[in-house]
Amino acid sequence: MRIKINGEAEDIEAEKLTVIDLLRLKNVESPEMVSVQLNGDIIERQDYETTGISADDELDFLYFMGGGSL
Amino acid sequence: MREFSPEQLERYSRHILLQDVGVEGQEKLLDASVLIVGAGGLGCPVAMYLAAAGVGRIGIVDGDIVDLSNLQRQIAHFTKDVDVPKVESAREKMLAINPDLDIRTYQLNLMADNIQEIIRGYDFVIDGTDNFPTKFLVNDACVMENIPFSHGGILRFDGQTTTVVPHESACYRCSFRKPPPPDAVPTCSQAGVLGAIAGMLGTIQAAEALKFITGTGTLLTNTLLTFNAKNMDFKKIKLRKQSDCPLCGDNPSITELVDAEQAVCELKG
Ligand SMILES: [Zn+2]
Repeated sequence: MRIKINGEAEDIEAEKLTVIDLLRLKNVESPEMVSVQLNGDIIERQDYETTGISADDELDFLYFMGGGSL
Repeated sequence: MREFSPEQLERYSRHILLQDVGVEGQEKLLDASVLIVGAGGLGCPVAMYLAAAGVGRIGIVDGDIVDLSNLQRQIAHFTKDVDVPKVESAREKMLAINPDLDIRTYQLNLMADNIQEIIRGYDFVIDGTDNFPTKFLVNDACVMENIPFSHGGILRFDGQTTTVVPHESACYRCSFRKPPPPDAVPTCSQAGVLGAIAGMLGTIQAAEALKFITGTGTLLTNTLLTFNAKNMDFKKIKLRKQSDCPLCGDNPSITELVDAEQAVCELKG
């Protein structure tokens, strides 16, 4: 299926996919350090395993970024 | 109307020449107040540019003293300042750039029980903190006190920033909900940051403050600007004010400030 991740179209070879599957597929090291926006809505962390992704969905991975004084 | 002295006309001439700022914009800057939270990697460049721009009253908050390992990126602190409180070091440099300013220093850590009285009375806040509990605390207090602010974060080669106008645009919690679990946050030894990244992001935050004060251009509201300096890839991700935000949504669950659990960094500085 074709989806958009952070504004860029990507073809994912899967018929069924959850948010957590996609995070693993995209090698996101620590799913707890990313907030996921699906078609403009924020997915709660505890719903990553149950939220499905469909063709034409637009996802944004928003990374928690600390640092400043660090 | 404020009378500009010949010295001020010359000092601020490049703002005054700028069509979108001009004499009126410079007056607004001289009458404005900004609180900088953190006198570190982000807070240092912000402090120097806001002082240079003539922001009349600048507050700066940081409980730490300057460590040798800070100097790689915290450009307001010099080698002679090691062991000096960061806020004092930053104050000295701001006044050296621009002696006309009213600089207020707060040598303390912001907590749930002191943040509101400190941020109250400032027109704009800069989040240049190094930890998630304080980032969320700054967001929550600014939304409650209705003070616009700039969020900033840096890590390794990456930076991100968004500007929040409370109740009008997405707040930090709209998109990030709650601090990540402390054990998931990269430890200092895994983290690190390329020094100049702090300047890249801090100057964007300073520019947002100047734009807000002078009413110029379009702020980074409802937008997460992210960049990766390895390939100099800049991206804007659209955010939106979420009706289910626990802070600024329709049924907020957060109605008072609390201190969150903090991951403690083993390395100094
Ligand atoms: Zn919100």
